Amino acid sequence: MKKRLASENLAGYAFISPFIIGFMAFTIIPMAVSLYLSFTSYDLFSTPVWVGLDNFKEMFTGDEKFWQSLKVTFTYVFAGVPLRLIFALIVAMLLNKASRAVGLYRTLFYLPSIIGGSVAVAIMWRNIFGNEGTLNALLFFFGIDKKILWYQDPTKALWTLIFLAIWQFGSSMLIFLAGLKNIPPSYHEAANVDGANRFQVFFKITLPLLSPIIFFNLVMQTISAFMTFTPAYIITKGEGGPLDGTLLYSLYIFQKAFNFFQMGYASAMAWVLLVIVGILTLILFKTSKFWVHYESKED
Amino acid sequence: MKTVTKDTGPIMTDPVISYKTPRFKAKKWIYHILTGGFALIMLYPIIWLLMSSFKESSQVFITAHSLIPKPFIWSNYAAGWEGIAGQSFGVFIKNSLVIVGLSTIGAVASSALIAYGFARIQFKWKAFWFACMMVTMMLPHEIIMIPQYIIFAKLGWLNSIKPIVIPQYFGHAFFIFLMVQFIRNIPLELDEAARIDGCGRFSIFYRIILPLITPALATAGIFSFYWKWEDLINPVLYLNSPEKYPVSLALKLFLDSETASNWGAMFAMSVVSLLPVVLIFFLFQKYIVEGISTSGLK
Repeated sequence: MKKRLASENLAGYAFISPFIIGFMAFTIIPMAVSLYLSFTSYDLFSTPVWVGLDNFKEMFTGDEKFWQSLKVTFTYVFAGVPLRLIFALIVAMLLNKASRAVGLYRTLFYLPSIIGGSVAVAIMWRNIFGNEGTLNALLFFFGIDKKILWYQDPTKALWTLIFLAIWQFGSSMLIFLAGLKNIPPSYHEAANVDGANRFQVFFKITLPLLSPIIFFNLVMQTISAFMTFTPAYIITKGEGGPLDGTLLYSLYIFQKAFNFFQMGYASAMAWVLLVIVGILTLILFKTSKFWVHYESKED
Repeated sequence: MKTVTKDTGPIMTDPVISYKTPRFKAKKWIYHILTGGFALIMLYPIIWLLMSSFKESSQVFITAHSLIPKPFIWSNYAAGWEGIAGQSFGVFIKNSLVIVGLSTIGAVASSALIAYGFARIQFKWKAFWFACMMVTMMLPHEIIMIPQYIIFAKLGWLNSIKPIVIPQYFGHAFFIFLMVQFIRNIPLELDEAARIDGCGRFSIFYRIILPLITPALATAGIFSFYWKWEDLINPVLYLNSPEKYPVSLALKLFLDSETASNWGAMFAMSVVSLLPVVLIFFLFQKYIVEGISTSGLK
């Protein structure tokens, strides 16, 4: 018996050994290095100099751009993620019916989220919202002779990035659609028999049953939204302008690390990001018991 | 499932409206006009990009309100294919394919091995390692980006594809998770039968499990392709000479040297860069939809 267990252990570790090696080499060791660097001043070429908490002090008290990038990122995340999920849910509800066209619609709505992260789409987006771009041209075509200068105004420029995030609601839509299909029709029928109207059915039955899926999406997308890089890097050509209006946090880390070679400072910023994301995830989990409904399995 | 007769399509959830009445038909039309119209608005930017790639560069923004190129020209594609920074666009595509191919093979093969270990073998500390893997899914990339860069620089791996490709050979958390779910649905009796027939651990994995999880392998392969094809930050960090650039970074070059005369070429090559993505999407839609619905992959 004991021998069997030992061989099981050996086999198990043999199979997962790539993960353990990779986890050590590409996660644990880099994280330890990053933590150490965050207390140093380091330009990649000379030896790191221990500076204690100076990086963090500078960040919180001396660096206005840091606060600006936080503000930009929070606006981006807290506007973009909920709006994207709401769009996804509305369209999923629309498509949750038996019609031959639904398959086609699903494909069309999903297409943007398949290509959305690419450089090509970022280039496209930049040219749609440009001064002479499609949007202004269409407005003019429909008789509105007032150009919206999206990239001259910090707030408007940030909203073009948020629109790009919302535009890619397709993958959440697919997940919601799968969730909707799992709700037994008998629930809705029972509610209809009891005389519930559409809104009551939606808020009392559909939404609670979907809440675990919504919660999962909310957590994962909030985390990944904090890491958005490509659109900001392409659309504003890596500068985060105008007036730092699109200076997303990860773009600022990138600038600090690879344009100014302040590796220590950038590492400290990354740790602040980790703490922020950690706290937000914790808050989401803590509040989940008030609105996420887990069904007990007994059918 | 639902109370539908097999030969007719629509489901009657609302008892008041019955099939074939004018009111039902009107509702159906309104539904299709609304949904289809919204789909068109969503896709308008892509259609505009495609049509602009057939316009003369000087006309792109003068006729930005119109989708119809006048005159319709192909020369943007020829001009774009000549490339940038002394490299033909074909070179960038070849580079992308090498990076994507090597990464995808590594990510799928290693993830399958690891997933089998997690799904089928009871070993000490398994729960701990599984939790570690789940945590890596939620870790911001920024935190490891800088030290990784420093480590790869010290190893002398800069300006090569090694830092982009090699980490893929140690499993990818999303793919492992997806495959573990898949393997758990395969009856244990199959493993037992193979064991009685004298199969060892690895041949059970290789002969029994692997063929049965091909849908999960396909899903993982497709997403690995997508992520690596569109990846920008790693090439920006690790590749400095244009002859090694992948497509994503080449497009960035086009953008950096943006002038009124090369819009057409930039749009044309943007379309070219999206072609494989869209093609794979239409060919393998089933796996993509399944992958997203079961594991929340993006």
